[in-house]
Amino acid sequence: MSDYSAKSVKGRKGDVSAHDGASSWFYSDEVKEHFFNPKNFIMNDVDESQFNGIGKVGSPACGDELRVWLKIDSDERIVDFKWKTFGCGSAIASTSMASVMVTENGGMTLDEARSIKPQDIMTRLKGLPARKFHCSVLCDKAIRDAINDYFRRTDQTDKMIVEAKRMIDPIAKVTDHDIEEAVLDGALDLEAVQKKTKVGVGNPTILPAVEELIRFYREKYFG
Amino acid sequence: MTANGHSVYLDHAAATPTDEAVVDVVSSFMKAVQGNAGSFHSEGKRAKDQLDAARSEIAEFLGARPDEILFTGSGTESDNLAILGYARAHAKHGKHIVTTAIEHHAVLETMQHLEKKEGFELTIVPVEKNGIVDAKKVLDAIREDTTIVSVMLVNNEIGTIQPVAEIGNAIEKMRKGGKAQYVALHTDAMQATAYLDLDVRKLHVDLLSINGSKVYGPKGVGALFVKRGTKLQPLTFGGAQEKGIRPGTENVAAIVGFAKALELVQGRREADASHLLPLREKLIEGILNTIPKTRLNGDREQRVPNNVNISIMDLEGEALLLYLDAKGIYASTGSACTSASLDPSHVIIALGMPFEVAHGSMRFTLGRDTTEADIDYVIKELPPLVEKLRAISPVRVDPKYYE
Repeated sequence: MSDYSAKSVKGRKGDVSAHDGASSWFYSDEVKEHFFNPKNFIMNDVDESQFNGIGKVGSPACGDELRVWLKIDSDERIVDFKWKTFGCGSAIASTSMASVMVTENGGMTLDEARSIKPQDIMTRLKGLPARKFHCSVLCDKAIRDAINDYFRRTDQTDKMIVEAKRMIDPIAKVTDHDIEEAVLDGALDLEAVQKKTKVGVGNPTILPAVEELIRFYREKYFG
Repeated sequence: MTANGHSVYLDHAAATPTDEAVVDVVSSFMKAVQGNAGSFHSEGKRAKDQLDAARSEIAEFLGARPDEILFTGSGTESDNLAILGYARAHAKHGKHIVTTAIEHHAVLETMQHLEKKEGFELTIVPVEKNGIVDAKKVLDAIREDTTIVSVMLVNNEIGTIQPVAEIGNAIEKMRKGGKAQYVALHTDAMQATAYLDLDVRKLHVDLLSINGSKVYGPKGVGALFVKRGTKLQPLTFGGAQEKGIRPGTENVAAIVGFAKALELVQGRREADASHLLPLREKLIEGILNTIPKTRLNGDREQRVPNNVNISIMDLEGEALLLYLDAKGIYASTGSACTSASLDPSHVIIALGMPFEVAHGSMRFTLGRDTTEADIDYVIKELPPLVEKLRAISPVRVDPKYYE
């Protein structure tokens, strides 16, 4: 599941260091190309009337904010994908790469676009440092958010897929999704996750379940 | 990765290039002396003699006595030894400890460790909007059960100079008046060493950390001034070196180089400052005047002459850092993306700024070799890079943070 790091990121695992043993830049050549020459981004102001699926994820406070504007044609293929992002090098590169993947070869269908996984973007970028992984996780979420927006606009609300959440701590109102986010943000043990989410603070009976989830997401994303 | 052959290194707060004279001293020592300074024979004695000489020189630099200097492996280790060593040795007298919100992680995380794992009570004193702690607020935090108080001399991110001497003087008076008997004042002086007078008697400190990597000396060597009579508990065990407080074979080559580096600092402090001050001002003016929506972090006057820290709104620092890198400009950022913790700079947050302003903070730290042409190059290259990143950013920071 997370063998991307073993394959693509040689050198010190989990650090933002050289992407291979030979060169000493931080990212792969593909990341570099999309970072220095990003594709499909929107300069300056956006004319939203040109698009029929708009998605957003993240916030500047947490370091990454991403907005995408999709143009979906009558065959429900994505023919245009524009974006803006506030984020680090890999956030910019992964969004740029995703915009290429979604629109190449006549454009993806909505089902195809919805099934893009962070790993797919990662593979095309020839790897990212492990701890940069959460940046591109944002991108697939923004695409799904924009597709839901399209279904909302076209009265196909039955096709919207709301990301399923499971309430883990009903007192602190923390879901499995919140814990996943915390792990992706680098909280790899209970103490760190509690610092971010307050899960189980004053509700210790759920702590074994929380620790189980942390282990699951940690293995899923960081191997 | 340099563009047009340009290479402008503006990260001297992270590490200074090693001075040629230091390299010479270190390499001739390594060639000439092979013994262990702890050995009881002539070869060992040669190492011991050099170690003692370096200790005396560094003591003199600090206005201290040779027996008040301990050598360590880094500035971080010096900070840890001072704080953990003093707090643990005096825990029976009190478990209250004090520091400021803008300390280096070597101090802050050590303090937090004592709080979380060893039952200490920690007071973190906030700083004012200009990045300087109010001495009175630190003094007010001191109680009967306070032991270690740690206040950095110069902040590593924003370069602001802290009122350590004022705090130290007041603590001495408290002690003379029979109060705060077990309080010791520690200062992390790493970023101050090259620019400020580090006379420990004038600073009124009990513990002071310095290292080699910020003063054009070797990396991986530090020293801790421990005022006579200040008791520390060791962190490591297994030898008599450094009075048993920091056992382990001494890195005499690096220590000798460290002493040489400080000797050079002593001789050129004023010349360096008068070289750097106009360059610092030029860079600050150049950025603030040519790039809209920027703010200088930290007091303009009360800062070391080599530090420029500016938040550039609506963009994220790591992306800009990498664009600058491609132009041959090497700087640093308070963005979360480059930190191990994924949290943005606690220093910029402590100034009352929101996370997005911390994510966009850039630190340029100048050094002896920085030229006016280097500054001109940065001022020329920076604006288009900022414009490009702002063009792809959906974020617009609230004007109240930069106007």
